[in-house]
Amino acid sequence: MSMINYASREINCKIVYYGPGLCGKTTNLEYVYEKVSPNTRGKLISLATETERTLFFDFLPVDLGSIRGFKTRFHLYTVPGQVYYNASRKLILKGVDGVVFVADSQVERLDANIESMHNLYENLAEYGLDLREIPFVIQYNKRDLPNISSLQELEEQLNPGRVPYFEAVGVRGIGVFDTLKSVSKSVIKSLS
Amino acid sequence: MAGAASWSFGEEDSRRIEGLLQGFLYDAGARCALLVDRTGQLVATVGEQPEFDSVAFASLAAADFSANDQLATMIGENEFSSLFHQGEKESMYLADVAKRVILVVLFDNRTTLGMVRVKVKNVVRELAGIFREMFDRYAASQSRPYLETAFVDEAEDEIDRLFGDL
Repeated sequence: MSMINYASREINCKIVYYGPGLCGKTTNLEYVYEKVSPNTRGKLISLATETERTLFFDFLPVDLGSIRGFKTRFHLYTVPGQVYYNASRKLILKGVDGVVFVADSQVERLDANIESMHNLYENLAEYGLDLREIPFVIQYNKRDLPNISSLQELEEQLNPGRVPYFEAVGVRGIGVFDTLKSVSKSVIKSLS
Repeated sequence: MAGAASWSFGEEDSRRIEGLLQGFLYDAGARCALLVDRTGQLVATVGEQPEFDSVAFASLAAADFSANDQLATMIGENEFSSLFHQGEKESMYLADVAKRVILVVLFDNRTTLGMVRVKVKNVVRELAGIFREMFDRYAASQSRPYLETAFVDEAEDEIDRLFGDL
């Protein structure tokens, strides 16, 4: 639910990174924070436990600058991946404009990916949103690890709607900006 | 269009709201009032301009309010319509406005919680009226605010420029 503020001439869009625990959602935001120029991004806020597991969310605002007189900004959020934090996950999805599902490519995490994808559908449905109708991309992360599912299998299990997908190695930044570019363009298009 | 912006905030709305909040700040002796929408976006800031990162502040305030809403439900309440956080020098009072927006009031020891609370009640009622009228107006017009094609083209170019080589 992006809001166009004609008074302050601002447009803010909310993009949420979703996925199972330890799939690399926070790593995506950390890489974006590290790489974009400091005058383009705000503070990276992380509400995490002492062991650096996301407790509530991470938040990073990224400015596109002024587009036709409107200061345009993306608010990037992650959700806590661990199953028992569902109440918090649901809150973060409120007013979402675009979703990135970060899947963990490791074979032993396939079931966790599927469960998290179902959970995403269910939580969006509670806000009357359908993943097939909002900007949505999938990132297959950790492609550098040895024990990973094939791309074909991941696509079959997680991407029946054939939305754009990207292979990634989040810790090295591979695929991180391709994913962000794709979802942010899709969000902007959905506003026209 | 599924993703089109669901509401917009016009200059006339902004003037009315800012006028109202300026009067409130004066009456309550508070320093600053921020309006944050429930999704964490800053709608307006009135009074002393805060020195902190107000974008991050807005996302945290919305999360704070939402988490407390859920806690309210768990103990059998419909909502906590207001929250108070007390600091040694600076305090903040958060109040729901028409279920869509949160009013955040920052104040220090030049006033009292009681005074802020009393004045917030009145201003929330008036703000709720304005916001309801605003939302009804958009609902009635059946056309959601949208951006022109040229905006989309320029934004896409900017996305490529900013994120292209990273």
